Amino acid sequence: MAAKEKLTIGLVAKPGGTLGYKTGGWRTFRAVIDHEKCIGCKRCADSCPDGAPYECAHDGKKKKFCVDYDYCKGCGICAFECPVDAIEMMKEEK
Amino acid sequence: MAAKMKVIEGSMAVAEAVKACRPAVVSAYPITPQTHIVEDISQMIADGEMQNCEYVRTESEFGAASMIQGAEAAGARSFSATSSQGAVLMYEVLFSIAGMRLPCVIAMANRSVSSPLSIWNDHQDAISARDNGWIQLWAEDSQEAADMIIQAYRIGEDHRVLLPVMVNLDGFIITHTYEPVELYDQKMVDEFLPPYSPVYALDPKNPVTMGSLAQPEVYTEARYMIHQAQLKAKEVIEEVALEFKKKFGRYGGGLIDAYRMEDAEVALIAMGSIIGTMKDAVDEMRAEGMPVGVVKVRSYRPFPAEALRAALKDVKCACVIDRDISMGMEGALFTDLKAALYGKSKADILGFIAGMGGRDITIDDFKGMARKGFARIRGEKVTDMEWCKLDTDILPEGS
Repeated sequence: MAAKEKLTIGLVAKPGGTLGYKTGGWRTFRAVIDHEKCIGCKRCADSCPDGAPYECAHDGKKKKFCVDYDYCKGCGICAFECPVDAIEMMKEEK
Repeated sequence: MAAKMKVIEGSMAVAEAVKACRPAVVSAYPITPQTHIVEDISQMIADGEMQNCEYVRTESEFGAASMIQGAEAAGARSFSATSSQGAVLMYEVLFSIAGMRLPCVIAMANRSVSSPLSIWNDHQDAISARDNGWIQLWAEDSQEAADMIIQAYRIGEDHRVLLPVMVNLDGFIITHTYEPVELYDQKMVDEFLPPYSPVYALDPKNPVTMGSLAQPEVYTEARYMIHQAQLKAKEVIEEVALEFKKKFGRYGGGLIDAYRMEDAEVALIAMGSIIGTMKDAVDEMRAEGMPVGVVKVRSYRPFPAEALRAALKDVKCACVIDRDISMGMEGALFTDLKAALYGKSKADILGFIAGMGGRDITIDDFKGMARKGFARIRGEKVTDMEWCKLDTDILPEGS
C-alpha cells in the first residue's frame, strides 16, 4: 500500500489541486458548441464557473472554443451567455 | 522604564494595546459599542503613530472579517473589532478563519443580539459564536482587556496553536468607562511579542491553495486538528499569562482565576466585568463569616475543565451566572460546567440567568445567589436554574 499523504495545518495544499476533482460525471446536460456559429468571443469560457471551455481548432485565422467534459457540470450558463446561440444543451445519454 | 498610568476609556486602552502589537492591517466597520476602538486606532494612524499599518474601512462586518482573513493568509498580523449584529454578520467568515488556522485577533465588545433590539451589554453575541474554533478570552476590566490583546497574539500565533482569538470585553461597562490603565512601553511589548512568523503564507513566488475543498476522507481529520489545537492552547494560555506577569507585573489569571476560594463552600462563577461586583459581594459575605469565593472563567474556549475541577474540588455548591441563554436549554457556562464536573465532583450546581440586555446586577443580587447556594447545601428547596429579577408582573397571562 502506498504511503498516505500527510495533512498540513489548515489543509494548505499545492496550487491547482482542484484539477484532480473531475466533476463532469455530475452532468445531466452537455454543452455542445457549434463551430459553424462560434465567433471565438470567449464569453463561454469567462462565464463558466468551472473553466471548462477552452480555445481550440485554430486554423490560422479563426479561434473557436471546445468544452472539457471532465469538468463541464452542464449548468448551461455558457449557452445562456453565448451571443450567437452557438451552444446547445444536449441531454446526456447514459 | 516604568510604564505610565493614565485614566482613559476602555476602548482607548484596547487601541493602545493594538498599536503596541504593530498590526499590518486593521479592518473597521462601526457598530455600537465597539466603534470607539477602531475610531481610536484610525486617529493613531492619521497621527502617524502606527507606521506600516493599513487601515481598511469595509462595506460591512462580513467584509471586515474577510479583510483580516486575507491579510493573515498573506502573513500579516491583523486586527478588527465588532459587537452583536456585526459579529453575527461575521459568523461565516469566523468559521473559515479558524478552519484555515489564521491567528487573527478580534476585540468583541459584548452586546445583546436582536430581536428585540438592544444596544446594551450581555454575552449572547460571543456565546453564540462558541463552536467556530476561535479561542475566546474574557476580560474583567480595561487593563485586563488591553493586556489580553497582547497575550492573544502570542497565544494565537504560537505554532502549537495557530488559531484566531476573540478578546471579549463587556460593551459600555468596559468599552466606555474611564479607568486608570497602565500603558505600554513599546520596547517591552516588542520583546514579549516577536513579529508574526506564519507556517504558510500566500506568496506569488511559491503559490499555495488555502481553504479548499476537503473530501469526506480528510474533513474529520481537519476538524480533529482544530480541536487538538484548542486543547493545546490550554497550556499556552497559562504559559503566556505567567510570562506576561514576569514581564509586565500583572496577572489576571490563566485559564481561570480564583478569589477568596480558601475554604469556600459556595463559589460564584462567571465571565467578564461582573467579576468585580462579585468580589465586592464576596468581601461583604466573608465579613459576615460566610465561606464564599469567586471563580473567574478567563478562557471560555478552550474550556478549562481540569482547572475548574481543581478549583471547585472542596466546594459544596457552585452558582453559575450566565449573561446569555441557549434557548430551550439554559445558560451556556452552566451547561459546560456541569459537563466538566459530571461524575468527577460532588458539588451541587445552580444556574442563574442575569444581566441580559444591559440589566444591572448588583452586589445584593450576587449575595442573594450565594445565599441560595447555602440554602441548597442545607437541603432547602432551591430551583436548579433561575432567571434573576424576572419581572413576572409584566409578563402576559399564560407565560
